[in-house]
Amino acid sequence: MRKLLIWLPLLLFLGFFGLFASGLLRPDDRIITSKLVGKPLPPFVLPAAASDRPPLANSELASGKPRLLNIFASWCVPCAAEAPQLMALKQAGVEIDAIAIRDARPDVDAFLKRYGNPYARIGLDARSEVQIALGSSGVPESFVIDGKGRIAYQHVGDIREDDVPMILDRLRRAQ
Amino acid sequence: MRGLLVMLLLMLSAPALAQSALPPAPYADRQIDDPALEKKARTLMETIRCLTCQSQSIADSNASMAGDLRSQIRERIMAGEQPEHIRAWLIERYGDWVSYEPTAEPILWPLWAAPLLFLGLGLLIVRGRIKRRRS
Repeated sequence: MRKLLIWLPLLLFLGFFGLFASGLLRPDDRIITSKLVGKPLPPFVLPAAASDRPPLANSELASGKPRLLNIFASWCVPCAAEAPQLMALKQAGVEIDAIAIRDARPDVDAFLKRYGNPYARIGLDARSEVQIALGSSGVPESFVIDGKGRIAYQHVGDIREDDVPMILDRLRRAQ
Repeated sequence: MRGLLVMLLLMLSAPALAQSALPPAPYADRQIDDPALEKKARTLMETIRCLTCQSQSIADSNASMAGDLRSQIRERIMAGEQPEHIRAWLIERYGDWVSYEPTAEPILWPLWAAPLLFLGLGLLIVRGRIKRRRS
């Protein structure tokens, strides 16, 4: 018994060493997904964020047809990077609505003038309230909303060129 | 001399614009007038994880989203909502991840049992020693 016990500290050391090594070697995953995926959108009514687009309420997203809800901000650099992909999705026939986070109308107007405007409606969430209610943790994020107003899919981060077919597929499946 | 100049210039460089230019929400950095309510809000904020910085609580974070969440929490506490209700509301959206308060989920049972296990182990060792000394 005593002889075996001598090996216990070494075993413990090896155990902890393995635990820490596996934790350190595992790629860092900092993406926080919303737990509302699969559930209906929380209720919200937002004022208009841009001069030439109507405001946005959750009821308008249950339109019987899948839509894309893009969370963006004029001060967010990756949001500008994903603008061409949103344009491509719009050209593919996708209806895109947006929520501008912590933004002001002149800034949103200038952003859309510079990078293009793929949105049908844009709501202004000046204090991140709807963003938090959606379980979104940053900008940009995109939600696929099915015809009944349920969240079918959440894309965290900017939509890259090679993400476009996947987003189109998610929209088709949300039918 | 040149190195010093470069260093000074580096110190002057403007931080990258990574956050909103809007002013913080009304109660992001302002305490509730009622100290009892502020204490309630503060205790909750210290155990809610910041979504932007991830290793800080929203009470410690300067991120604009953390400020918005602080303001929201203070306003909801002032409206009479209970802190645990707000915590549950946040967990519903972000999962247990968002709360620093350990829950009673089965995955955490070993954590709760560990102190008892170690106490039991200690008692056994002490008992063994006392017995040996007496004999």
